[in-house]
Amino acid sequence: MIQALAFYLFAGLVIASAVMVIMSRNPVHSVLWLILAFFNAAGLMVLVGAEFIAMLLVIVYVGAVAVLFLFVVMMLDIDFAAMRAGFIKNFPLGIAIAAILLAELLLGIGAYNAGGLELGTPDGAATQGVGQSNIEAIGGLLYGRYILLFEVAGIILLVAMIGAIVLTFQPPKPGARGRQNVGKQIARRPHEATVMKNPEVGQGVEL
Amino acid sequence: MIGVEHYLVVGAILFVLGVLGIFLNRKNVIVILMAVELILLAVNINLVAFSAFMDDLVGQVFAMLVLTVAAAEAAIGLAILVIYFRGRGTIAVDDVNRMKG
Repeated sequence: MIQALAFYLFAGLVIASAVMVIMSRNPVHSVLWLILAFFNAAGLMVLVGAEFIAMLLVIVYVGAVAVLFLFVVMMLDIDFAAMRAGFIKNFPLGIAIAAILLAELLLGIGAYNAGGLELGTPDGAATQGVGQSNIEAIGGLLYGRYILLFEVAGIILLVAMIGAIVLTFQPPKPGARGRQNVGKQIARRPHEATVMKNPEVGQGVEL
Repeated sequence: MIGVEHYLVVGAILFVLGVLGIFLNRKNVIVILMAVELILLAVNINLVAFSAFMDDLVGQVFAMLVLTVAAAEAAIGLAILVIYFRGRGTIAVDDVNRMKG
């Protein structure tokens, strides 16, 4: 009973906030609704026992991606009112295509429900062992059978990081104040940087 | 009783909302990127639902990879958006024709 209640709460909220993401007038509000949508999706995943993906969703999406969106939305000073101009014009076509798409997807789910197609049983399914936590089981799978996929994921993130830095990097203007000359700094030696003085009392040091 | 089909319906509705968002906000790249994130979230919900339904953890491993690609896509997309805005002072996409030659 409480499971069904939780499911309908999370599902209703995730759909409502997804509607608000695409309908919101202000992109900052859109990002905040997106965060709520991700939280509720994480709740949906906890309900079926996928804690690892749920935590990943909260950490990666809410912690990184949504904040990145918020950062860019606030950094770019854009006249958003003008951007809404095409909204009404595209509304009927968008609704029509969305309705067709939703009807098709629901038809597919209905067909699956009515028995679906028999495609044979998968062999060597990776099941979660009894008494094994979700994270433990996924870790065993990720560092064992899917180690290559895991490393490819790392490479993808590395390429994305380097790409984002290369795209947005602005080389400093030559001759700007406060620039370090790295070569000069490394070529500096102690004997030419420091000097011993033994001044008389009251004479002061002349450099 | 909540079954896998409930999750599939939620995933389908989220996916359609993402597609609708792309149609409705054709001028605003930021909202288009957010709609793409919604679509990928729908995919993840489907993968996790089937993973739980079939008691096969591979679906959750794939969901993690989808998450990775989504994060990379958001980072690159927003970086492109920032340099586009820097060059033109606007992010309206309906007159993006710089690569026409």
